[in-house]
Amino acid sequence: MSFEILTYGFMQRAIISGIAIAILCSVVGLFLVLRRYSLFGDAVAHSSFGGIALGLMAGIYPLWTAYAVSLGSALVITRIRNRFKISGDASVAVLLSAGIAVGLVLISLSGGFTIDIFSFLFGSILLVSTEDTILILSLTGIILVVILLLYRQLVYSTFNEEQAKVSGIPVEKINYLIVFLAGITVVTSIQLVGILLISALFVIPNVTAIMYGRGFKQTSLLSICFAVFSVVAGIAISYVFDITPAGTIVLLSIGLFAATMAIKSAGLIKS
Amino acid sequence: MKVVEINNLTVKYPGVKALDNVSFSINEGDFLGIIGPNGAGKSTLFSCMLGILTNYEGEIKFFDKDIRKSHDYLRQIGYVPQKPVFEKNFPASVKDIVRMAWTNHSDKKTIDQVLQQVWMHELGDRRIGELSGGQQQRVFIAKALVNKPKILILDEPVTGIDTQSSEIFYSILRDLNEKQKITIIWSSHDMDAVNRLANKVACLNRTLFFHGKSQEFFENEELVKQYSEASMQQHMHHHETH
Repeated sequence: MSFEILTYGFMQRAIISGIAIAILCSVVGLFLVLRRYSLFGDAVAHSSFGGIALGLMAGIYPLWTAYAVSLGSALVITRIRNRFKISGDASVAVLLSAGIAVGLVLISLSGGFTIDIFSFLFGSILLVSTEDTILILSLTGIILVVILLLYRQLVYSTFNEEQAKVSGIPVEKINYLIVFLAGITVVTSIQLVGILLISALFVIPNVTAIMYGRGFKQTSLLSICFAVFSVVAGIAISYVFDITPAGTIVLLSIGLFAATMAIKSAGLIKS
Repeated sequence: MKVVEINNLTVKYPGVKALDNVSFSINEGDFLGIIGPNGAGKSTLFSCMLGILTNYEGEIKFFDKDIRKSHDYLRQIGYVPQKPVFEKNFPASVKDIVRMAWTNHSDKKTIDQVLQQVWMHELGDRRIGELSGGQQQRVFIAKALVNKPKILILDEPVTGIDTQSSEIFYSILRDLNEKQKITIIWSSHDMDAVNRLANKVACLNRTLFFHGKSQEFFENEELVKQYSEASMQQHMHHHETH
């Protein structure tokens, strides 16, 4: 494989955006996985489908409507969950199916599927524009700064809410913040792997990294490394073999997960 | 000097009073053992004291201030829960756990110091989920100590922990109370341990059955007998209703 592909503008944008999204999904995803919220990314992504359909129908840039609908539904479902004590998996199921249902109705009203919808469902990282890249980099920067500033509060309330509360941490606000950051991250990442595979980026690098038995920061760094490797190698391989980048990225991260399990089974990582 | 004052504390759950008109105070340097059967209201009392439960009647004061008005007192308090619920694979080392609660970053040696106090400094890089229940509770004491609290609150901290580990735990508590003059408020099922360690005792059974010097309670056989019988009835009732 030659480095010639790096000279293409679309490839540079894809790799830069891909790395940013990989870092973002790993960092935000670790909090979700540890809170047993692994499928939350999936649910928000599916609800963004309704938002995208709304944008396409109304002639608004679909990602903006996706941000609005996803964040709105993520916050509403969190509130309903707190208020009515609905379990995490049930609330995720409600959000997930509601998003798809709204999207399907809107799309059928506007005359059926278009090529645009497919690019959101399956990702289109090689098509990201310079504006998209700037938006992705800016949002990644902002979210990472927020996480760094509130790192202790986020980790503590993820570890044990009651203890965090007693230590004076505003746990409820932190919970909403995580949901909010996850919502933005999901919609930002849709261009990389698409709605259908988004939760893979949140979950797989993190569960792989957790198996190495390290502390929080090292686990997060390992997860970032796995995600960045999967994204960069996935984009390159998919270009060379002319296959879909989204599927390749996710399969590579599953490969790392399987390899880690094999290493662990062989006793090379302590349990 | 009084550090805690509880006046006429009543907590009502639907159909039952979890705490009924409980009043007592705690002095600086006290080692208070709170004893009572299951369902006696010990955890409810702690939830009120820690500001987790706010729907109560009466008044709770820490350092002479009503806790409804400000949560600032929590900075002076270390809390060790009964059995902390956390994800077993949570990627946090012992040091990470202590660091979570650490707010005063001026002294870099603090984390090593508190781990030494609970004899856990050699396991600082181990993952929390790999430790035994007794070791985990020692880490949670270290976490509770990291901000140099004046009061330590422990809710049945040795539940499910073997006798040897419990004894280590108790000797750490005694050191903290005697050498560092930390006021300790500790709930326990273990009357024998309370007799050995605490200088004050509060017997709770939804109402306050006794509060005073530990010696006065344990040397009065009639009182201990009365309390044990009342506890047993409560215990039986608790089992019947569940």
